[in-house]
Amino acid sequence: MRLENKGLIDRTQPVNFTFDGHHYQGFAGDTVASALLANDQRLMGRSFKYHRPRGVLTACSGEPNALVTIKRGENVEPNVRATVQEIYGGLEVRSQNAWPTLGFDALAVNDLAAPFFSAGFYYKTFMWPRAFWERVYEPLIRRAAGLGGLSGTSNDEEYEKAFAFCDVLIIGAGPTGLMAALEAGRTGADVILADEDAQAGGRLLSETYEIDGRAALDWVASVIAELSSMDNVRIMSRTTVTGVYDQGTFGALERVTGHTISRADAPRACFWRIVAKRSILAAGALERPIAFQNNDRPGIMTAGAVRAYLNRWGVTAGRDIVVFGNNDDAHRTAFDLSAAGVHVAALVDSRPDVQVSGDFPVYAGAQICGASGRQGLKSVTIRTQSGTEKIASECLAMSGGWNPSVHMTCHMNGRPEWREDIASFVPRAGMIPGMVTAGACNGTFSTHGALAEGRKAAELTLAALGKKAIQSDPPEAEDAPIRISPLWAVGGTGRAWLDFQNDVTVKDVKQAAKENFRSVEHMKRYTTQGMATDQGKNSNVNALAILADVTGRGIPETGTTTFRPPYTPVPIAAMGAGAEGKGFAPERLVTSHESTVAQGAPMIEAGMWYRPSYFPKEGETNWRQSCDREVNMVRSSVGICDVSTLGKIDIQGPDAAAFLDFIYINTFSTLKPGRVRYGLMLREDGTVMDDGTTARLSNTHYVMTTTTAAAGAVMRHLEYVHQCLRPELDVSMVSVTEQWAQFAVAGPKSRSLLNELLDAPIDNDSFPFMGCGDVAIGGVNARLFRISFSGEHAYEIAVPARYGAALFDKLNEHAAALGGGPYGMEALNVLRIEKGFITHAEIHGRVTAFDIGMERMISAKKDCIGQTMAAREGLVGPDREQLIGLKPIGAVKQLTGGAHLFEPESEPTRQNSIGYVTSVGFSPTEVSFLGMGFLMNGRARHGETIKLIDHMRGIETLCEICDPLFHDPDGGKLRG
Amino acid sequence: MRLKCPLCGERDRREFYYVGDAVALARPDPDAGISAWDDYVHNRDNPAGITRDLWQHEAGCAAWVVVTRNTVSHEVLDTALASDVKRAMS
Amino acid sequence: MIQMGASYVVDLVAKTPAEGLLPVTMGGLNLREVVLGVMISLAPFKGQDVQVEKLLGGALPKVGRSVSKAGQEVVWFSQGQYLVIGGAVDMLLVKHAALTDQSDAWCAITLEGVGSEAVLARLVPVDLRAGTFKRGHALRSQLGHMPLHITRTGKDAFRLMTFRSMAGTMVHEVTHKIKLLSARG
Repeated sequence: MRLENKGLIDRTQPVNFTFDGHHYQGFAGDTVASALLANDQRLMGRSFKYHRPRGVLTACSGEPNALVTIKRGENVEPNVRATVQEIYGGLEVRSQNAWPTLGFDALAVNDLAAPFFSAGFYYKTFMWPRAFWERVYEPLIRRAAGLGGLSGTSNDEEYEKAFAFCDVLIIGAGPTGLMAALEAGRTGADVILADEDAQAGGRLLSETYEIDGRAALDWVASVIAELSSMDNVRIMSRTTVTGVYDQGTFGALERVTGHTISRADAPRACFWRIVAKRSILAAGALERPIAFQNNDRPGIMTAGAVRAYLNRWGVTAGRDIVVFGNNDDAHRTAFDLSAAGVHVAALVDSRPDVQVSGDFPVYAGAQICGASGRQGLKSVTIRTQSGTEKIASECLAMSGGWNPSVHMTCHMNGRPEWREDIASFVPRAGMIPGMVTAGACNGTFSTHGALAEGRKAAELTLAALGKKAIQSDPPEAEDAPIRISPLWAVGGTGRAWLDFQNDVTVKDVKQAAKENFRSVEHMKRYTTQGMATDQGKNSNVNALAILADVTGRGIPETGTTTFRPPYTPVPIAAMGAGAEGKGFAPERLVTSHESTVAQGAPMIEAGMWYRPSYFPKEGETNWRQSCDREVNMVRSSVGICDVSTLGKIDIQGPDAAAFLDFIYINTFSTLKPGRVRYGLMLREDGTVMDDGTTARLSNTHYVMTTTTAAAGAVMRHLEYVHQCLRPELDVSMVSVTEQWAQFAVAGPKSRSLLNELLDAPIDNDSFPFMGCGDVAIGGVNARLFRISFSGEHAYEIAVPARYGAALFDKLNEHAAALGGGPYGMEALNVLRIEKGFITHAEIHGRVTAFDIGMERMISAKKDCIGQTMAAREGLVGPDREQLIGLKPIGAVKQLTGGAHLFEPESEPTRQNSIGYVTSVGFSPTEVSFLGMGFLMNGRARHGETIKLIDHMRGIETLCEICDPLFHDPDGGKLRG
Repeated sequence: MRLKCPLCGERDRREFYYVGDAVALARPDPDAGISAWDDYVHNRDNPAGITRDLWQHEAGCAAWVVVTRNTVSHEVLDTALASDVKRAMS
Repeated sequence: MIQMGASYVVDLVAKTPAEGLLPVTMGGLNLREVVLGVMISLAPFKGQDVQVEKLLGGALPKVGRSVSKAGQEVVWFSQGQYLVIGGAVDMLLVKHAALTDQSDAWCAITLEGVGSEAVLARLVPVDLRAGTFKRGHALRSQLGHMPLHITRTGKDAFRLMTFRSMAGTMVHEVTHKIKLLSARG
């Protein structure tokens, strides 16, 4: 029920929203929870396991009960806390975990079957028979488990990630955080003040305190005004710091548009990585419930929440309210309610010696031992020394004391310590390097204490930063002492709830202990205590206190479970923001991309690069036709292929030659300038790392090419070898992959084509096979390499990338006149298979130089990376699977990559596999499928027959074991 | 996690490539024997405490860095250019 | 021998890396391509810094800095490497340093306007606040998952460079972040 003249809501701005299809009205400033309470809607959700009717328990982000689903369709958002979600016009809110309706939920029968659902229920029940695990139990559990449901479709809303840096991060903008921010901001330090709430003020928003003799919120407003005027202070509202990570890194979730529909294009949330030199935790405290029979009835909430709904939102959570506590702070609720004209039916304090009087009946030394009203509280039972008494009540405000929000101090594995005097865990010093804790999260609950500690925390922090605080007088504020006498659970029969969301009772914890799950971590997992979305914020301390009691240990010995990030739930979409689409994998486009796409070539991804698969011509209906034509074209005329994606590394320096000798298994110091050599490099363990050609441009200047796939890894490797192993070598490396657009011009007519375009013609003398040099084309300086990956007379021509697009078109135009044209990856692959050239399909990380028949390239005259280990026993010899070629010879003509090789007579079992196929393609030149693969002792078996079996595709092919070099074995065409 | 590149200063972990124990700097002679080589290439301690490992500031200046850190507290105790460390070894 | 892209091309038409993609103006921010002309990577050989500086006619910048003189900029680029931007260099340098033509390797764009820092905060994991990263400061990092060389060129102005092949993605990513930021209002 809404009260007149109370609260911070804007009554000039009514807001209409729906809950389960019913229309409700609230005001700007309302949360879903406050607006529903204002409309007397106390039932807001159902619990996870027993589907018990639940109302709101808190007024904060730790809410365990009032989880709702908002919006619909692909943008549906489940498990939103009604206590956090601000209302806006048209907001659709639905209850969850209830079917068919919130008021009548079929699965509430679980509640009647509760005796069977005790601690360890899942472990005990879903055990046997084994055959039921996947077919019966899993679907059963999955249907019953989970709270809200996702849409199952992609969410098109934007999420964002961002980085921020500051001198001081202050977590929480309550009195402590505001005071600290003021002190730090005034010194000019870069400050970020983050608070999960829409408004600054923290607990002050929910109280009726005064600071410096005026309303506390006036003080808040003046502080915010001053902070806002400082360029060095950044106030981040609706921003929850969710985790503390190494070296001063913090995660924070900013809710950007969840509270409004007016900025539909803006991101829904932004996940911040904040790096702070120092931090001040001013996270406040959370109130504890008290366990008693049926303490989960809708209408039973924490005393602080009742006060918050009253003072901040002008809502009374019921017409007759009973307050129940074990500490002085609970009394405030009774006084504030009474002062607002709400009927306080009773103040029940468990402490016999408590002195309090007000405009309401006081029961000292009494307890609430029961509640009734399944869908909304109707009455509570008070147990005094003289007996029990039932009092009609729509709302019970309970307080078992306050838990400092120590969570984030534990994110780096620190453990808080128990303070007997306030019956709470507080942080120890140094749990997070560079962090100072202050105010309520430090166990200092009074406003005066908060302000003083906030100021002190700023001073300490500034001193560590080498700055001096400008001393100002702390404002005056209430300084009530903390008076509390622990009360965790009220004895009695029936179920008394600890973890509301996960339906864990006092009995469950006792049962766990009885079954010897005595460690707090074991108890947690056995009972699911603290494993709900609130991560036990409301219940952990109570549960471990009960565990301590039944195990006969103290609370400090029992200890806490481990608090881990995130402090409150973070959508995966926010964490992964920016890493979808191009943000996940940038697109690397070659200069010929536009032209290639215009020719209708389907593009395939090669790492981040996009390369053409083939260039379809009119009349071609499948890729094989195009591929065959392109292969024939290269073999008979000339083909053009963009090979710019291969890594190109410029290596220069007096020791460049010595460096390459150490990198490659073969020798490059003997290579003459103007020549190119094939090189193979190993990892230090003797396995092949990469291959490619390297050209020597001058005595001190080489250009290495790597495979497309390994370009980055090779660059890293070269830097590693230089910096970590051979820093004495005077050599430097820089990638020139992006500088040059490079095209293969391959085929018998390649030279004719080039000579049509080059400023000066070339011949076999100026550019012999494996020669290289500078040329000019249209006045542009270019590099020409006579190398071949096709087995044909071929070149690669490189021009500065700005001319790449133009040159590609020019080459194709001239090639067309010679009966040639562009070719794609499919043809490139067939051409190299025909020639037995390897790619990373063959050098896949498990093969040695011996396996691919190149061990003789390892120069014995020098040391190189991998040389020693390559000679190890087991890495050479007939037992190794060696590179071979394959050709079908039986009725089945198909070869498939990934198939395994077997002796013709052996059973095709895993144990009998003696090899595998790495590459296959249909060769139009040989008019046959050709394959490459590895076969045990394969090199000695050329000419023999082997059986290829592909269990996946159901193919069995008899093959001849061949030399992988099928085309032009003597290399005449290369040299022609 | 943040590491201090000796050249670029403190940077987010995402800019670095991790390779493993800094024992990699101590490459044995080719004839040091198979057990020395096995230790060098394969055998690694996994200490709960202080460890020295090699990272490359790959997205930054490309420097290889020897990082001394505590695997329990995650404290980064020291960073140094690998090339400097290697030169000091010989 | 280093020879820069000639100016007398008759046959081959040159294209800039971000041709057709820019400029973009949105929310008070401008994104445009800058053509930096000749760019040469310079890596002095061991002990040759003094000779290199003599031939360059000025001191090499410190790590993370850019120095400009007479229309030529020398900017720190990587460990032991600098980028000489604009104008030819003395060819005698080849005896003292590795020189590599990089004129076509990088796509350079400028981001200008109030809010530039906020846009970059969504893409670059480095502290670029004005107090830390000042005019003439330069560093290597990442723009999302792309390599980045960034230089602050003014109060609210930055030059961003990534691989030429990634020009399209860079423009897309920066534009998208500007859009999201503008939508916040």
